[in-house]
Amino acid sequence: MNNTAAIASNLTSFQKENIEPNPLAEDGNLPRRIRSEKYTRWFLISLATMTILFLVAIISDVFYEGFHYLDWQFITSFPSRFYEKSGIYPALLGTVWLVGLALAVSIPISVGAAIYLEEIAPPSKFKSIIDINIANLAGVPSIVYGILGLAVFVRFFSLDRSLLAGGFTLGLLVLPIMISTCREALAAVPNAIKQAALCLGASKIETIFYQVLPIALPSMLSGVILSVSRIIGETAPLLIIGAASYISYVPESVFDEFSAIPIQIYNWAARPQQEFHLLAASGIVVLLVVVFIFNISAIVIRNKYTGRRL
Amino acid sequence: MKENSNILIEKSSWLSVNTIGKMIINLFLRSSALISILITAAICIVLVVESSHFLEAVSITDFLFKTEWSPLIEPRKFGVLPIVWGSLLISGMAISLSIPIGLSLAVYLAEYASAKTKKIVKPLIELLAGIPSIVFGFLAITVVTPILRYFLPETDFFNALSASIVVTAMILPTIVTLSDDAISSVPQALRDAGFALATTKSEIVFRQVIPAAMSGIIASIVLAFSRAIGETMAVTLAAGATPNITLNMLESVQTMTAFIVQASMGDTPHGTIEYYSLFAVAGLLFLITLSLNIFSKMLTKNVRRKFS
Repeated sequence: MNNTAAIASNLTSFQKENIEPNPLAEDGNLPRRIRSEKYTRWFLISLATMTILFLVAIISDVFYEGFHYLDWQFITSFPSRFYEKSGIYPALLGTVWLVGLALAVSIPISVGAAIYLEEIAPPSKFKSIIDINIANLAGVPSIVYGILGLAVFVRFFSLDRSLLAGGFTLGLLVLPIMISTCREALAAVPNAIKQAALCLGASKIETIFYQVLPIALPSMLSGVILSVSRIIGETAPLLIIGAASYISYVPESVFDEFSAIPIQIYNWAARPQQEFHLLAASGIVVLLVVVFIFNISAIVIRNKYTGRRL
Repeated sequence: MKENSNILIEKSSWLSVNTIGKMIINLFLRSSALISILITAAICIVLVVESSHFLEAVSITDFLFKTEWSPLIEPRKFGVLPIVWGSLLISGMAISLSIPIGLSLAVYLAEYASAKTKKIVKPLIELLAGIPSIVFGFLAITVVTPILRYFLPETDFFNALSASIVVTAMILPTIVTLSDDAISSVPQALRDAGFALATTKSEIVFRQVIPAAMSGIIASIVLAFSRAIGETMAVTLAAGATPNITLNMLESVQTMTAFIVQASMGDTPHGTIEYYSLFAVAGLLFLITLSLNIFSKMLTKNVRRKFS
């Protein structure tokens, strides 16, 4: 928006051409006001730049430290007391398991809930209660989900400190976000398509599965990818339900104990020795690279498909 | 090929076969919507039931108003105020740091930045929002605390200030995106009217647009405050584990979330008072964040009513 600049230049040309004294110029504070406008703009630009530079600086610091121990051996080794031999292999596998389990829980439920709320349910008291409820669940701190997992999955269903308990907890944790992104994706599908399908004699469910869902799929996918990066980074709930701090074997079934990348990072970071901090930094590089890849691809998919509305 | 065949029948699929199939699908969809209610119910039941065991042993007034907290070691004291204070201290500091920075960024993005700059900066902010909190905790102890100790040598290794600084970075995306939305949703007519009266851009923005967007901005701040209180890993790593009612940001404090982590890490045996204290603190945390979130929702609802 260059309105101000346009107005300002109009004003100056107006002043030059006019022989009569200019009422605006006579006021006397216009130059000061234009100056303060300029200062404001510069202040905002420099603050934005500084904030971004500061964040880039501290994150590149982690990367700088992280490359110290980051090599293939780091990825394929078990954690150990000896920092030079330590690695994140079991944690990495634990994270892969957790992502798989959490998605297996959350994708069907959130897609189903989104379809029901967006396409099937008529506006009613019941629906508005669910709406408010989902919005509130999204604001519950992740550590409370950890407590829920501890009481329900670990104790009540006595799954113990297994992958299953961790995966279910994380699945519930991402549910509210996934439901709302899936709903947004469904809501963006043009009504004309639904009406056309219904006019051709398709049933409501056929319309949803054959017409609406395929169109909404890319945006849903970007929501799922964002949730994956959230699952990968979540630490607190896993600590609460008791992810193992030290694990010397690879989890083989969903009932095994597990570790995860952020848990491993936490254990290294909580130690006083400098060498373990470097290991933690290496773990963070792995974590951030994975999270950034997921986040960036979610953003790219979203930007690509939001421009292309039918 | 039959003549006059009905293509709909010929191409009939698993979705159009029978009413039982439809009923099953409908049932599945409906019950998945119900699961969100179940989760809320489960959270409430777990917190209420387990906290009630705690409140059998400790009276609720002692819990809420006493100022000594040491549930894990003898002599046990169950006054929750020190860890509530720890949470409020760190979140309060983080909010007061992030309001000026976040609002300036939001104003810049909504009113000043070109479409091109916006296209670069907005994804960067989203990336910042995606950084896991454990990373910020690590940054706090390896980057922020050493810098603080260089300038203020009396700083403890675990201190509240370092935690506040990283929590600031964590809640910044919330404030920036939501305030940006609030400012952008102010009708263009308001700005045009200002320009027609020959006011400068900054005058319009600071005297007209921001006041108009105020309730949305406050909603974003309240939401960010609630996020800061619920934030766990960064404060656990950076602020330490000393329940402490202090105004000195350079000392170690313990937050509610850090206590929950500490208590559950130590293999607290099931059924003991320590175990139940975990749930009592979590219940309190849940109540605080829930009421902040509801307050924030109410504020945004007002905005929508005002502009529609």
